[in-house]
Amino acid sequence: MAFPEPKPRPPELPQKRVKTLDCGQGAVRAVRFNVDGNYCLTCGSDKTLKLWNPLRGTLLRTYSGHGYEVLDAAGSFDNSSLCSGGGDKAVVLWDVASGQVVRKFRGHAGKVNTVQFNEEATVILSGSIDSSVRCWDCRSRKLEPVQTLNEARDGISSVKVSDHEVLAGSVDGRVRRYDLRMGHLFSDYVGSPITCICFSRDGQCTLVSSLDSTLRLLDKDTGELLGEYTGHKNQEYKLDCCLSERDTHVVSCSEDGKVFFWDLVEGALALALPVGSGVVQSLAFHPTEPCLLTAMGGSIQCWREEAYEAESGAG
Amino acid sequence: MAALDSDSDEDLVSYGTGLEPLEEGERPKKPIPLQDQTVRDEKGRYKRFHGAFSGGFSAGYFNTVGSKEGWTPSTFVSSRQNRADKSVLGPEDFMDEEDLSEFGIAPKAIVTTDDFASKTKDRIREKARQLAAATAPIPGATLLDDLIAPAKLSVGFELLRKMGWKEGQGVGPRVKRRPRRQKPDPGVKIYGCALPPGDSEGSEDEDDDYLPENVTFAPKDVTPVDFTPKDNVHGLEYKGLDPHQALFGTSGEHFNLFSVGSERASSFLGDVGLSKGRKLGISGQAFGVGALEEEDDDIYATETLSKYDTVLKDEEPGDGLYGWTAPKQYKSQKESEKDLRYIGKILDGFSLASKSLSSKKIYPPPELPRDYRPVHYFRPMVAATSENSQLLQILSESSGKAICDPGTHSRHQLNASKRGDLLGETPIPGSTTSVLEFLSQKDKERIKEMKQAADLKAAQLKARSLAQKALSGRPQPSSPDLGHCSWHMASSGKTAATRASDFKPFAKDPEKQKRYEAFLVNVKQGHKDALERCLDPSMTEWERGRERDEFARASQLYVSSHSTLSSRFTHAKEEDDSDQVEVPRDQENDVNDKQSAVKMKMFGKLTRDTFEWHPDKLLCKRFNVPDPYPDSTIVGLPRVKRDKYSVFNFLTLPETASLPATQASGEKVQQHRGPDKSRKPSRWDTSKQEKKEDSISEFLSLTRSKVGTPKQEPSPLVNKEEEHVTESLSNKMVTKGADSQTEVEGSRPSMDLFKAIFASSSDEKSSSSEDEQGDSEEDQAGVGEADFKHSEETDLVETSPVAHSIEPAPQAPAPSFPIQKMHIEEKSLARGCLLSSAPMLVRSLRYLKRRNIKRTKKNTKLRKSTDEGKRSKRNF
Repeated sequence: MAFPEPKPRPPELPQKRVKTLDCGQGAVRAVRFNVDGNYCLTCGSDKTLKLWNPLRGTLLRTYSGHGYEVLDAAGSFDNSSLCSGGGDKAVVLWDVASGQVVRKFRGHAGKVNTVQFNEEATVILSGSIDSSVRCWDCRSRKLEPVQTLNEARDGISSVKVSDHEVLAGSVDGRVRRYDLRMGHLFSDYVGSPITCICFSRDGQCTLVSSLDSTLRLLDKDTGELLGEYTGHKNQEYKLDCCLSERDTHVVSCSEDGKVFFWDLVEGALALALPVGSGVVQSLAFHPTEPCLLTAMGGSIQCWREEAYEAESGAG
Repeated sequence: MAALDSDSDEDLVSYGTGLEPLEEGERPKKPIPLQDQTVRDEKGRYKRFHGAFSGGFSAGYFNTVGSKEGWTPSTFVSSRQNRADKSVLGPEDFMDEEDLSEFGIAPKAIVTTDDFASKTKDRIREKARQLAAATAPIPGATLLDDLIAPAKLSVGFELLRKMGWKEGQGVGPRVKRRPRRQKPDPGVKIYGCALPPGDSEGSEDEDDDYLPENVTFAPKDVTPVDFTPKDNVHGLEYKGLDPHQALFGTSGEHFNLFSVGSERASSFLGDVGLSKGRKLGISGQAFGVGALEEEDDDIYATETLSKYDTVLKDEEPGDGLYGWTAPKQYKSQKESEKDLRYIGKILDGFSLASKSLSSKKIYPPPELPRDYRPVHYFRPMVAATSENSQLLQILSESSGKAICDPGTHSRHQLNASKRGDLLGETPIPGSTTSVLEFLSQKDKERIKEMKQAADLKAAQLKARSLAQKALSGRPQPSSPDLGHCSWHMASSGKTAATRASDFKPFAKDPEKQKRYEAFLVNVKQGHKDALERCLDPSMTEWERGRERDEFARASQLYVSSHSTLSSRFTHAKEEDDSDQVEVPRDQENDVNDKQSAVKMKMFGKLTRDTFEWHPDKLLCKRFNVPDPYPDSTIVGLPRVKRDKYSVFNFLTLPETASLPATQASGEKVQQHRGPDKSRKPSRWDTSKQEKKEDSISEFLSLTRSKVGTPKQEPSPLVNKEEEHVTESLSNKMVTKGADSQTEVEGSRPSMDLFKAIFASSSDEKSSSSEDEQGDSEEDQAGVGEADFKHSEETDLVETSPVAHSIEPAPQAPAPSFPIQKMHIEEKSLARGCLLSSAPMLVRSLRYLKRRNIKRTKKNTKLRKSTDEGKRSKRNF
């Protein structure tokens, strides 16, 4: 007797606030999960970068060394190093354990909006308001970037990296995808200044949020529009968007203090999660679980699905 | 020994030791010939000579290549039982035996050290010792030291002693009459030329009484005074790099390596005798502190300018006429004194110089102006670097002081390029250091004059009120502030006159130019009705209004920026000389059609641009991706050289216009993704020949040829209306050359578009309302403006009278609505895309205007663009 295939669990949306952490580092500019989702990084406006265990709410380490507010951070695949960029125009490579600055890459002419490691953490890609994406080599001692992608006509707001692609969203309203394997640059015009971009987890689509309060899901290969998600408010701030852990939902911050969830396929608003009264500045979605981190003001919130019960000691 | 035997031999001094007299019958020994001379070591063994630089007589070990340890070099062996002793090798281990012998470089013999050597040489220490002896508990305790002190004397001393010299005596033949008074302390030498006459003389006389007549005395030990006149231009006591001291550290008289300076060698040698106690090494701030110098001067002293006076004041009391810049009467007195021969008692031992010092040239001081006040204020300090040398120059010129010709520039103000200019070198393109050097001559003059104008601001203020009055008395010009600044610009004193002389904005129209100059002169003289006077009374009111504006703008164009221009710019990435600029080969297409596509949510082909992009090799490596272009050296987007001033660099118009949106969809991307990597057909894919046609020089020559034959028939064209327009175009090119108000052939934005961009608001008004006459006037205005900027177009301009006569009045009225007309004409061709790209065109053209682009070039480009538009049209 064969058992029927177990029905896949319906996707659950993180809507239960599990933890609220007051980061104590001024406004939290960005919150990021590490590679496995066990820890998170918060970028503070008081020039520090902090590493947390979000579920337990413990502060693990504070990384100070930036000269101005930290605007973005990312962790490497092996959790051994961090990179961050900030208003001091510098991209900093940190050693996680010691908390020391390993390298400081200077060369951007403006503040660095976004940083990303490549897959092997050998290159840091940083996008700055000087309208360039710079590829910094972590292996060599070179001071200059390996390559500068300065095709954008305006500041770079968001950069994402896949194994062979660099996706850069710019305020000039274009999403540029540099395909290293093909040696091509694909430039998709969206029109409105782009605030955040991300790859879907299957690598087939790109999610683009722009200042016209619209998220668009574009086919990566052709640039065709697959879906459009509206309802939230994003007209001034550089807000984050992402896809849920199984690509079922599109998640975006909003300026009205909520986090919006749309069904990816249908495009219908699934949930408008009220976070607070301010602007939800940043969010990060857990890579494997329905867990969401949001940043508002000087604190971050951790959200889990309704059925979640804090496992004792599991973290 | 000196022979002192007889009186006859008294004058004859013989030095040295005589040979032993030969015995009877003995033959004088023959010297050993060279080939028989052999070298043997101390044991009598024969030594072979290995070569001067390969060991001399002592190569190897007993003339072998081995060593004391044998053929094999020693190895380091150390065991627990038998510890190898740690041997520290000194330099002696590598020395030859004879080096350690008596005459080697490291003699291992017992020698007296300086502590025990004769102390008579060291006068200072001697003195100290005497003092110590006097104050010692046992006075005269040092006497014992003197007694037992061993003597270490140099060879020269030994030789002199053998010749009869004694310490404390002078060198030379003995003197009879003037006996030398023996000093109690022979160690103290007397320096200087003469003892003061007085008691010492008396005491000598006293001594004389006891001295017999036939006793001779040694001469005094005096150091000769150096009487070589100072004939160089160095400072007092300046000593150049003395090769002796620099090389050997000691004042050795060995050899003068610098045979070139042999004429100076004598003075060096003289110096050497004098300067025994001098500090070794090189001294002086110019050379820093040498390793051999013992005491450091304050080498870290900072030379700040505050140490110096910035004002040369008269420190002398009185009328301030003294000093080295004193006027003649003070100087001449001294001169006359100098010419007197010395009459009077010549001291003993001195004689009048046989050689006069007349060889020294004396240059008379410069004549000073009568009203010269010897107080000097320095100009503001501007470091004379290459960047701001221009600024310096401008500063010096703006101060209204002596405008020095380039020949008298201090060489410190010259930079490399200027020196090259002086030497007549052709400047290397792109190597100029100042932005200003990229400017044309005319522009430079303009900048200079602007600077002057800025300096004369005070004068302008006065003139401004004047001009205000003058303006208020007249119909208000369309742009009051514009006219305003032109007015006080024009009234800025003499600059206006100089400007008028070298700058002719209306050179094409001599009468107009004359009027303009008269206008400037009038303004300068402060006439209120300056404009009224100079304008042609036969002109209509409207024409006068035009001309007034023109003049105002002409002088206004002159003042647009400040002279601190140079400090605000950095070097251009590209050479400005070349008319080419690097632009990305593929550019993102026009936004406007994309915008509409976005509005229609037609994402995909319409909104996507695909480019060839070359990742860096290292980046590929880091991403673990094979390099997609292994053979390419390009990084990033491929770039191509383009004509610098090409409108195409800023426009993507014809391509987007000609490419129907539907057509572009499939194959474009396909071509890009295709394995052959053939890029999409672009208008850049024109042949080299076509590109060449594009160039400005080509166009200029074309225009010139047209100027030569002004009545040339227009080339037959397809369409009647086009023919007409082109005819007027060619005519206008003949007449104006650099006219910017381009008549455009059928398929381009009409001239009104450019008018809207370039002409002032008054122009615009008139263009819509006025008839053909107005148009021609406008053209002239345009020419005036163009001429402001580009002197090289004047040759085209010379033919203007002829051109005027043949200028036809076109039949069709000038198109009045630019966008509309373009729209109509372009509709079939560009399917409305051109319309949407018109703002882009406007923007880029404004950009061009800002960058002061030659209008001729635009002209060409526009023509070219329409040509290509046509071509692509045909292709479809």
